[in-house]
Amino acid sequence: MTMIFGIALPALLGQLLIGFINGSFYALLSLGLAVIFGLLRVINFAHGAQYMLGAFTAYLLLVHTGIGFWPALVVAPLIVAAISALIERTMLSRLYDLDHLYGLLFTFGLALIIEGTFRWYYGAAGQPYATPQLLSGGTNLGFMFLPNYRGFVVVASIVICLAVWLLIEKTRLGAYLRAATENPQLVQAFGVNVPLLLTLTYALGAGLAGLAGVLAAPIYQVSPLMGSNLIIIVFAVVVIGGMGSIGGAIITGYVLGILEGLTKVFYPEASNIVVFVIMAIVLMLRPAGLFGKEI
Amino acid sequence: MSSLTQSGTATSGAKEDGKAPARQKNLSRIGLAVAVIAVLGLIAAPFFVYPVFIMTVLCFALFATAFNLLLGYVGLLSFGHAAFFGGAAYFTAHAVKVWGLEPLSAIIFGAAGAGLMGLVVGVVAIRRQGIYFAMVTLALSQMIFFIFLQVPFTHGEDGIQGVPRGDLLWLIDLNRPLNIYYFVLVLFLAGFYAVWRIVHSPFGHVLQAIRENENRAISLGYRVDRYKLAAFVMSATIAGMAGSMKAIVLQIATLTDVAWQMSGEVVLMTLLGGMGTIFGPSIGAALVITMQNYFATSNVPVTVIIGVIFVLCVLLFRRGIVGEAIRLMKR
Amino acid sequence: MSRTPPERTNGKKPLLEVRDLDGWYGESHVLHRVSLDLMEGETITLVGRNGAGKTTTLRAIMNLLPRREGEIRIDSHDMMKVPVHRTAHHGISYVPEERGIFASLSVTENLMLPPKVADGGMSVEEIFELFPNLAERRNSPGTKLSGGEQQMLAIARILRTGVRIILLDEPTEGLAPVIIQRIGDVLIELKKKGMTLLLVEQNFRFARKVADRFYLMEDGHILESFPTSQLDAKMDRLNEVVGV
Repeated sequence: MTMIFGIALPALLGQLLIGFINGSFYALLSLGLAVIFGLLRVINFAHGAQYMLGAFTAYLLLVHTGIGFWPALVVAPLIVAAISALIERTMLSRLYDLDHLYGLLFTFGLALIIEGTFRWYYGAAGQPYATPQLLSGGTNLGFMFLPNYRGFVVVASIVICLAVWLLIEKTRLGAYLRAATENPQLVQAFGVNVPLLLTLTYALGAGLAGLAGVLAAPIYQVSPLMGSNLIIIVFAVVVIGGMGSIGGAIITGYVLGILEGLTKVFYPEASNIVVFVIMAIVLMLRPAGLFGKEI
Repeated sequence: MSSLTQSGTATSGAKEDGKAPARQKNLSRIGLAVAVIAVLGLIAAPFFVYPVFIMTVLCFALFATAFNLLLGYVGLLSFGHAAFFGGAAYFTAHAVKVWGLEPLSAIIFGAAGAGLMGLVVGVVAIRRQGIYFAMVTLALSQMIFFIFLQVPFTHGEDGIQGVPRGDLLWLIDLNRPLNIYYFVLVLFLAGFYAVWRIVHSPFGHVLQAIRENENRAISLGYRVDRYKLAAFVMSATIAGMAGSMKAIVLQIATLTDVAWQMSGEVVLMTLLGGMGTIFGPSIGAALVITMQNYFATSNVPVTVIIGVIFVLCVLLFRRGIVGEAIRLMKR
Repeated sequence: MSRTPPERTNGKKPLLEVRDLDGWYGESHVLHRVSLDLMEGETITLVGRNGAGKTTTLRAIMNLLPRREGEIRIDSHDMMKVPVHRTAHHGISYVPEERGIFASLSVTENLMLPPKVADGGMSVEEIFELFPNLAERRNSPGTKLSGGEQQMLAIARILRTGVRIILLDEPTEGLAPVIIQRIGDVLIELKKKGMTLLLVEQNFRFARKVADRFYLMEDGHILESFPTSQLDAKMDRLNEVVGV
């Protein structure tokens, strides 16, 4: 058997894959956070709750209406986006003129409400969500066995990240978004409905979290607290990458997932904290983050 | 950098209202009267209310007061203060239970440990400002959470249970309710007074200048980072003292005390009572603890209620209870 | 307080009409009963010291001030209740003093950013004809342009939108004489096409070439207004108020 630094190759590749999958979720979530932060200057603490909401919506659709994974992949994120748009319009939008910390505190409270309600109603235990029929089983890659669904998640997350990147960098809507990030007043004076743009942006970011939640359901089970610890890691990812760049958020997400996977192989005790340690090191060396501009 | 007060929402007890020095004086007289009544009330309280309950409130009130030193007077939102509260609780619990340390020394030991953690966390966290500071402190405290989860002395999910209260200075038996009550009350008052002194010292005035306008403070020649770090360590130490007291009072130190939810709770206590006010955090702590006790036995999910109060405070009630009261009196 | 009576030319209604406009930044009251008229196809110039309220007047007209009171009409339509993002749709746009070129957008993206609000705007080809150096740099990031090119881009992107009134805040500030000349030519070109311009300008030599009338401002008040033909006669007064 091939060994690298005393570790069997299949074990290493297996952990790498797990790292890559975790990284896919880090990338999707930090992308959403960066999109929201870029325009709204709000750190969306409810991002983890919206991720959970996506997974739960898919689960409830399946249990109560029999709607399966594929339709849920579209419907659940839309539901999450719609709820979030409503919250932005009625409440969050009142806080934009205040210190940005209030946005963080508000979304923190929101996260407690959403997660607390689901835990109260469904308990803390995870609910299994079956892998879609089409993607059950796995593929033997020769050096390792790859469950099809996990391969799908990796590909899907890359496609989604790329699509969002293109939306922001190459479309007219994206140009509005980038311009409004720099100078919202002027964009508004030109006749663009910036308040609506803010709502759509929040909905987009939250919808991305919801989409990540649906993708996560077959892998991690569906539980009310599935997002609450994840979001803190994603915060660290975002601090490491710096929030200035969409591309930076995506790349940092994947890289840290993989680094975390590697840590599980070489020094498993530290795998829980490796992201935070990297964050501390990056902050000491480059406070603005790897891709960030100093603000 | 924008600070919380620039948005005109927090009221500071120390902020001079140039036009109305007489009112300001009145206000501090009212403050003094409130303090005297509160102390007298607290001295009498154990004869009317279940002492452990008041002691718990006192621990959290001190925790929130220490937290407010940062948020209210330097404008730094630490979302990781549970690490110092819970960390110190572990240190003290371990020192008492395993090493047989005398309770006061164990509390000093715990607070010192928290101060040391504060130094390490602070050095990293003050490299960023504003919301980034909040995220960094949250992430670092989560790291500390995982460390406490894994190191053996904390006993993982079980925590350190059955911590003996011991004999204060080897003389006074803290198992007797009144003894431990007055011990905790004295510690609380000492911690509270320390925060009050810090806020009203020249050092505290520099902190508030940093909160009002960091760039101006820098251009005046203050080494802002050092001031922030010093404030962070002081806040962490006093938060640790509160956690150590809690370990002795409730005789337990668990992961709950270091978890991010606890960091959120102390933010809520301060916000609800009134950030940047001396008494606000204590009042907020009393309300939150009372509410938790009240709903603990009911079917109502406490987390949801905390979330709702959070949202309402941020949307409608940003000055907090004491902040609103001060505003009404200034009218 | 000398208030200029609104001038009526041939009994026509002004395209942009500002009456007794007051404006505030927070607590400070910065505009006091400002009144001015802008006839269709006319160019007027606001002059005054720094801090006299010229930029604030433009911002108030665009509804970018936190608080304003008074009357603003475009084509007799009451603009006071129109939200910021609908203001442009009444045919007015704004070139801010700092030009407002977006760093994260290319030249073309900057050019295409302001939405069309009416028919009759210039096509991209026409714009590039008017500003050939922008055509050469269409794919560079907005902030890689020189100051003059940024100013041209800031004007150019508005021409696409079909607005009839353009507010320009110090379009020649910090630019080389040859560029100023070029911008002057562009503004005269626009005037010929019937564009209505409201200029804030310190450079009288530049302004007299394009402006039909001047408004003199001090401390948030309009002191007087006079046609360009009287500029020479007013020079002493201007030097006294503006301090050039």
